[in-house]
Amino acid sequence: MIGIINYGSGNILAIQNVFRSLDVESRVVNSASELNACHRIILPGVGAYDATMEELDASGFREALEIQVKEKGKPCLGVCVGMQILGSTSEEGGVRRGLGWVKGAVKKIPDLAKEGYVGPHLPHMGWNAIAPSTQSPLFSGVDADKGFYFLHSYYFEPAEPQHIDASVEYLGFRFACAVRNENVFGVQFHPEKSHDNGILVLKNFAEYRDG
Amino acid sequence: MLRSRIIPSLLLHGGDLVKTVGFDNEVYVGDPINAVRIFNEKRVDELAIFDIGVTPEATAIDFDLLQDIASQAKMPLAYGGGVRSKDEALKLVKMGFEKVSVSSAAIRQPMLLKEIALAIGSQSVAFCLDVRRAKQAGKYDVFQSRGRVRVDADLVALCKTAEQCGVGEIILNSIDRDGTMSGYDLDLAKLVRASVRCPMTVLGGAGSVEHMALLEQAVGVVGAAAGSMFVFKGKNRAVLINYARPGQS
Repeated sequence: MIGIINYGSGNILAIQNVFRSLDVESRVVNSASELNACHRIILPGVGAYDATMEELDASGFREALEIQVKEKGKPCLGVCVGMQILGSTSEEGGVRRGLGWVKGAVKKIPDLAKEGYVGPHLPHMGWNAIAPSTQSPLFSGVDADKGFYFLHSYYFEPAEPQHIDASVEYLGFRFACAVRNENVFGVQFHPEKSHDNGILVLKNFAEYRDG
Repeated sequence: MLRSRIIPSLLLHGGDLVKTVGFDNEVYVGDPINAVRIFNEKRVDELAIFDIGVTPEATAIDFDLLQDIASQAKMPLAYGGGVRSKDEALKLVKMGFEKVSVSSAAIRQPMLLKEIALAIGSQSVAFCLDVRRAKQAGKYDVFQSRGRVRVDADLVALCKTAEQCGVGEIILNSIDRDGTMSGYDLDLAKLVRASVRCPMTVLGGAGSVEHMALLEQAVGVVGAAAGSMFVFKGKNRAVLINYARPGQS
């Protein structure tokens, strides 16, 4: 049973729809006690870092998640802002402390576009190719060139390079778009809105077994 | 590399899918849910939904229909039509829309864009402008109320203010080209591309993937939106939901 934490985020239903289409059992988790029945956990997130952390703190999930994910070692996937809260701090808003499960900070995507570049700058909006780590269970079978749908101006920079699970390039800057620290995963793009690639990532998360 | 977004644009009126030419001559196209399902199958890049029937006096945003659409859509979704408050924007995002487009309300009150951006994040706020070529060459008039009321403001100035207020995307809707399938207004696109740094989407006039390729050549990576092209087929404009991208046969 995959538990999708409900702290008011908008992509919960779409994530659930994908699991339903995969015949993977999932439920929306509204209270901390419901986490016991879940084997894997999703932290969704659309919007702003501070607002999301505020909702997470207010919901009373923080302590329960520490137990389920850090102590019990249940696999956890942070999606979009859900990936950004895995770290410690954020430049966006920047007041609230993140979960601290993957050492690193959220920063604004630097704009290294060359002189004479004609096109959009920030936010990073649309479909972009990714470069996944070869060992990543999450990206097994994915069409990396087709990539995923991105919609963000901030990115999560893990302090340790070995925690980078996939990278993406935009405006001349390559940065992490997926992270992994043991049982904790994060993806910056929207897997629930990235068609076949996205479905595959969610399927891989649901099924992977530690080698 | 980031790719251009090819975006079907669906118009709603009274719960039905409709299409116009020059914001006039409205015809019934079909059921929006059916269209969403077909676009799911076609794996479209994004889908834009505009409700042209919402009015402050009489008709509210049809949240029930939008909830239905959001619960079935597998692609990134944008909604525009009568959005006037931060609460409405929040409601839409919580329902599953990735982006909320604001037009008239933001023209009157640009600070609304800032308020909404703080609530749902800049990346999720789009500013949509309905425009017609002005008498003066190279100039454009901006309109409210579905093309009926001209706004006394400069297009570029409005766009720059919106960007300062934290808007994540500018959507340009050419009333002149609406429904004509005669090609995008590239001058309009270039004018705004040179004025703002945020992503831009152009709507109005797309008749072929060649038009879309020309748009990208003119302004770089862009949102190429199309209404008629993706709901009609052939000279007689028979209804046929379809999708294509430049570079695909």
